[in-house]
Amino acid sequence: MPEHIDTTAGTATPRPRTPRPGQQHFAASVDEGLGAVDAVDTTSAPAGFWREAWRGMRRRPLFWVSTAIILAVVVVAIAPQLFTPHQPRVCDLGNALASSSPSHIFGTDRQGCDVYTRMLFGARASVVVGVLTTTLVVIVGVLIGAAAGYYGGWWDTVLSRFTDIVFAIPLVLAAIVIMSLASTRTALTVALVLASFGWPNIARITRGTVMSVKHNEFVTAARSLGMGRGAILWRHVLPNAAAPIIVYATVALGTFIVAEATLSFLGIGLPSSTVSWGGDISQARGALRTDPQVLLYPSAALGFTVLGFILMGDVVRDALDPKARKR
Amino acid sequence: MRWYIGRRLLQVIPVFLGATLLLYALVFLRPGDPVAALGGDRGLPESVQNAIRAQFHLDEPFLVQYFYFLKGIFTFDFGQTFAGRQVAEVIAGAFPVTVQLALMALVIEAVFGIGFGLYSGMRKGGIFDSTVLILSLVIIAVPVFVIGFVMQIFVGVQWGLLPITAGRDPDFESLLMPAIVLASTSFAYVLRLTRTSVQENLSADYVRTARAKGLSRGAVTGRHVLRNSLIPVVTYLGADLGALMAGAIVTESIFNIHGVGGTLYEAINKGENTLVVSLTTLLVLVYIVGNLLVDLLYAALDPRIRYA
Repeated sequence: MPEHIDTTAGTATPRPRTPRPGQQHFAASVDEGLGAVDAVDTTSAPAGFWREAWRGMRRRPLFWVSTAIILAVVVVAIAPQLFTPHQPRVCDLGNALASSSPSHIFGTDRQGCDVYTRMLFGARASVVVGVLTTTLVVIVGVLIGAAAGYYGGWWDTVLSRFTDIVFAIPLVLAAIVIMSLASTRTALTVALVLASFGWPNIARITRGTVMSVKHNEFVTAARSLGMGRGAILWRHVLPNAAAPIIVYATVALGTFIVAEATLSFLGIGLPSSTVSWGGDISQARGALRTDPQVLLYPSAALGFTVLGFILMGDVVRDALDPKARKR
Repeated sequence: MRWYIGRRLLQVIPVFLGATLLLYALVFLRPGDPVAALGGDRGLPESVQNAIRAQFHLDEPFLVQYFYFLKGIFTFDFGQTFAGRQVAEVIAGAFPVTVQLALMALVIEAVFGIGFGLYSGMRKGGIFDSTVLILSLVIIAVPVFVIGFVMQIFVGVQWGLLPITAGRDPDFESLLMPAIVLASTSFAYVLRLTRTSVQENLSADYVRTARAKGLSRGAVTGRHVLRNSLIPVVTYLGADLGALMAGAIVTESIFNIHGVGGTLYEAINKGENTLVVSLTTLLVLVYIVGNLLVDLLYAALDPRIRYA
């Protein structure tokens, strides 16, 4: 990480009101004489932008709450079989729609499957689609946005118009049309479809921040030292434009999980052979009134997961956004 | 300002053309022959298939087909479905319900979102504020269809306050629950947006000035804080109308409403490409016009924003 990230990072960061040790020499108070500068504490380096953000973040209880939720979901997604003796697809039709009992703590659904087990195994589909979509969206969005913002001119005109065009098509609408025409439905196709219409927001954000960062002194300095344009973009501009992209990506992960669940709910997302929360919620439709547990648990799991990412996004924004830090 | 409006209006044209071309290509360039599928298992004679292809311009190059489609849109002649119904007629049957639903949702989210957000923002950190904040997060995290089911169970079945489904030709009362469900997520966003905006404006200098010159609390809130806080909210609401209409697909399927969503869904499954493209084009158009209005409103509402 380059050193100059310190105070000019992202969008012209105003210095925090209370300076940390090592930064105090920037602001000598009026009644201090000239000699006061000698008292600068040089034992600790000035805290970098990211370390500063980390310090602010770990003091928030919400950060730890959301970390716990996300970690729990990821662990369950990787190894759901560790937490249950049952199999999600081995069901007992004779024991359908049973209420909670010691062997089936959340009861069973219409097919006689264990609701608790299916809730655990459903995590994988959501996490895989969410992470995959977000990764693709960040790659495509940052590439297009950075090229438009950094190179400007014709690049900007063409790429920005293209972004506008894709932005004009609502995500859910496009996903519904394409997914109902798709011949194969896997986590990968769902992620590809969501990503191919989900990137314009991040491209716009990246373009904006890159444009505001590229006129900073350190970019001019790097250029005058003979650094190539691509190297400057990669080493200097993008790291300093990363904060808003990270914030948006965290929240977007949650919304993509909801979008996947919506598609699976409509029957055009993941196939019914894949255990997913959206699919299970859709299956619960017929048994709503008599057996609410079939709806409750997959919905709650889905809600908690999305909540985890939204909370994390909130905390990260508060930590990275200088305006919010002032308050 | 006039330059800005002109330029912004001109921008709509390439965006509209590009978006419709993209959708048209996605629907019409997919593998499979809808005409061959029309006859079902027995199939249609070759001559009939060719006649149908010629009637719908399917035997012509893709871009020519797209051109015919565009010409149709601008002359309000959307063509026919394969089954022989006028597309315009189908649209006229489907759109009013969805528009009504989306507008009702818009009013609900505006009134309650701004109301709660204002109250919450004025009393930052209070019990009401904290409760509302947590509640809004939960609403955002829970998918619309789950909210729909829960409302059907409690409001519809257990308490019997509102009808559970709407069906054909729904009245205001039966559309109320779908509209609330459709509005829920946006309501939470509007609330949070208003709250943040109100908090920011409360500490602004002009509010202190207004208080210092002795304006009553209500006048300060109404004339200064609220009006300035509404700028980002109004822009959000304008952009949301198109999103609501597209998002109504899910809500309509839960409440059995025969609007754009239901019609679109049916059309996709039947391979009625012309209808699919016409419906999606109209939805995209609403979305684009909504965003356009927002940008123009933004310029009008906030004199600080100057456009070169």
